[in-house]
Amino acid sequence: MKTSTKTSTKTSTKTLAKPLPEASPKSSTGSVRAVRTGGGLSVRVDPRAALVFLLLTGVAFAASVVLIGSGDFRIAPGDVVATLLGNGTAAHEFVVQELRLPRILVGLLVGASLALSGSIFQSLSRNPLGSPDVIGFGQGAAVGALGAIVLFQGTALAVAGGALVGGLVTGVAVYLLAWKRGVHGYRLVLVGIGVAAVLTAVNHYLLTKASLVDATRAVLWMTGSLDGRDWTQVWPLLAAFVLLVPVVAWYARPLRVLEMGDDAAYALGVPVERARLVMMAAGVLLMAAATAAAGPIAFVALSAPQLARRLTRSPGPGLAASAAMGAALLLVADWVAAVAFGDRQLPVGVVTAVLGGCYLLWLLVTERRAGRI
Amino acid sequence: MPDGVPAQPPVPRSRHVVRIAGLLASVVLLVLVCVASIAFGAKSMPLSDVWHGLFDSDGVGNDVIVREVRVPRTLLGLLAGAALGLAGAVMQALTRNPLAEPGLLGVNAGASAAVVSAISFLGVTSLTGYVWFAFLGAAVVSALVYVLGGSRAANPVRLALAGTAATAALYGYINAVQLLDSAALDKLRFWTVGSLASADMETIAKVAPFIGVGVVLALLLGRPLNALEMGDDTARALGANLGRTRVLSMVCVTLLCGAATAACGPIVFVGLMIPHLVRAITGPDMRWIMPYAAVLAPVLLLGADVIGRLVTRPAELQVGIVTALIGGPVFIQLVRRKRMAKL
Repeated sequence: MKTSTKTSTKTSTKTLAKPLPEASPKSSTGSVRAVRTGGGLSVRVDPRAALVFLLLTGVAFAASVVLIGSGDFRIAPGDVVATLLGNGTAAHEFVVQELRLPRILVGLLVGASLALSGSIFQSLSRNPLGSPDVIGFGQGAAVGALGAIVLFQGTALAVAGGALVGGLVTGVAVYLLAWKRGVHGYRLVLVGIGVAAVLTAVNHYLLTKASLVDATRAVLWMTGSLDGRDWTQVWPLLAAFVLLVPVVAWYARPLRVLEMGDDAAYALGVPVERARLVMMAAGVLLMAAATAAAGPIAFVALSAPQLARRLTRSPGPGLAASAAMGAALLLVADWVAAVAFGDRQLPVGVVTAVLGGCYLLWLLVTERRAGRI
Repeated sequence: MPDGVPAQPPVPRSRHVVRIAGLLASVVLLVLVCVASIAFGAKSMPLSDVWHGLFDSDGVGNDVIVREVRVPRTLLGLLAGAALGLAGAVMQALTRNPLAEPGLLGVNAGASAAVVSAISFLGVTSLTGYVWFAFLGAAVVSALVYVLGGSRAANPVRLALAGTAATAALYGYINAVQLLDSAALDKLRFWTVGSLASADMETIAKVAPFIGVGVVLALLLGRPLNALEMGDDTARALGANLGRTRVLSMVCVTLLCGAATAACGPIVFVGLMIPHLVRAITGPDMRWIMPYAAVLAPVLLLGADVIGRLVTRPAELQVGIVTALIGGPVFIQLVRRKRMAKL
């Protein structure tokens, strides 16, 4: 392709002429510091990433307090904090602990899980668009859930189980279909897109089979919502999160090395296929658990890691900052949904879809200009 | 074409003979599928009744089924199939990308989103109204995806991702509209699946002119697209007008996809599979690929429709689902091929 090389050289000279963009790896490596202890241990610390993580956690907490306080029964932010610390009145205690806290916890955990899963897959596919909702897992989970709703009129538990099974089966299927002496990033993405197209057709078929009541319930589920979540959704999600986060953290370093390409990673002593398999499994499980709890909320997995990357100015999607960003993003979107649409409540998935769609367009344009996608 | 064998300049005479014979055989196949589409359905009837209904109808019983249901359905399948197959062929040549397909690149989703808006916000209920919105949506999204996918420097992954991202965003919007308006949901969930079941003569008369223009345009574009496939520099050196070819190709894709989507809803993978199948027979010459695609794509669509009617009788599997189930594995096989790595 003569033309493509020509245009890419053109763009690279153009970017060189301008001052270097802030997100370039050069500017970030300078800020990383190594902390050495007396016992010969050393830890690399990126102060900017740590600061961003703390700030985003603060935003997520503030959004939680505001969301817990708002509703038909308003509670002042100070009282919310007091109640959370166990010093509230009985009425406040009931409203917060039984009604609103579970919803917020589901939102936080779902946002963090989706963002973690997204940053794992974006690293693995080495593509900012290779997130799990683009490559079919969301659709797979939706097939499972829709099957439970439409074919069996299942309870909420059955729907969550269906979503979990659907997401996992899709993940395994995409991995196996993309396998050909190893899985390459681009093949994973394209196979995922193909699988997603088939599963979308299946979802549409299931919708036509349903009665109007079931169809409404199914569409609501497919949009993703935090309405009516209680402690039964929190515990399984929390368990999955607590179990999977250490695994992800343990493999975070091999993941960074994998971004340099398979050959370089082999040469640096990373067990490439094992690291990839473990991370994919963790990513799919996180995605499936989040989807089972709140439905396939669009675009959080796609946009949170990229936004976090821009804030931390690190070369790849950082895991901790991404997770904090995902949680903050989802709760802020939920708050926007509550404020903007008032009593005729739209689920949070609609807001993330619209926000994410706009963000995606911007991403595609800028990344293309920089010649990165 | 990236994954075809480049044709040797003096095409041997025998190749022409094979191509013409193949085209004739394809036409025969198409006739057979049309007969099957008219003869088989939810209600099984003897072939004599089908014959009677077609040529000697007295307007009762099985004659009505043949005349009012199966003939329009077959005609719509013919038109929509040809439209989707040609649109796929034009798109693959235009983007020089073997995975380009109106369904995957979000064109159908664009048409759907526009139709959904029309139904829900503007209260449009008739197909005449739909068609224009479908065109608008298809045109906007195809241009957007083409630009976002990197226009001339597009590679398969980038283009497919741009299309998928656009589709995902548009489906988010469609879901939101459906949630706020359950009457629209009731109408739309049958439309978004992609089906030939609601065909009637009125629909066909509405979309036929658009598809007709699109088909003629696609057939005429064979030669210019041949030049385009050699790469921009070579094509320009040969005196091809690249800008005009690109614009006409986009108009052609929009006409074909918009009309087909308005009439039957989004149908994926037909436009992807057919050009690959055809290229295996004809080689990379677009002048031959176009007529073959126009004949073989309806064979696939009508075949899928007949299968969908027969496997779950008396209910039916919509044609969009059957083509997705057939097309998905074909797509994955294409992706797994070794040569994809170089595109």
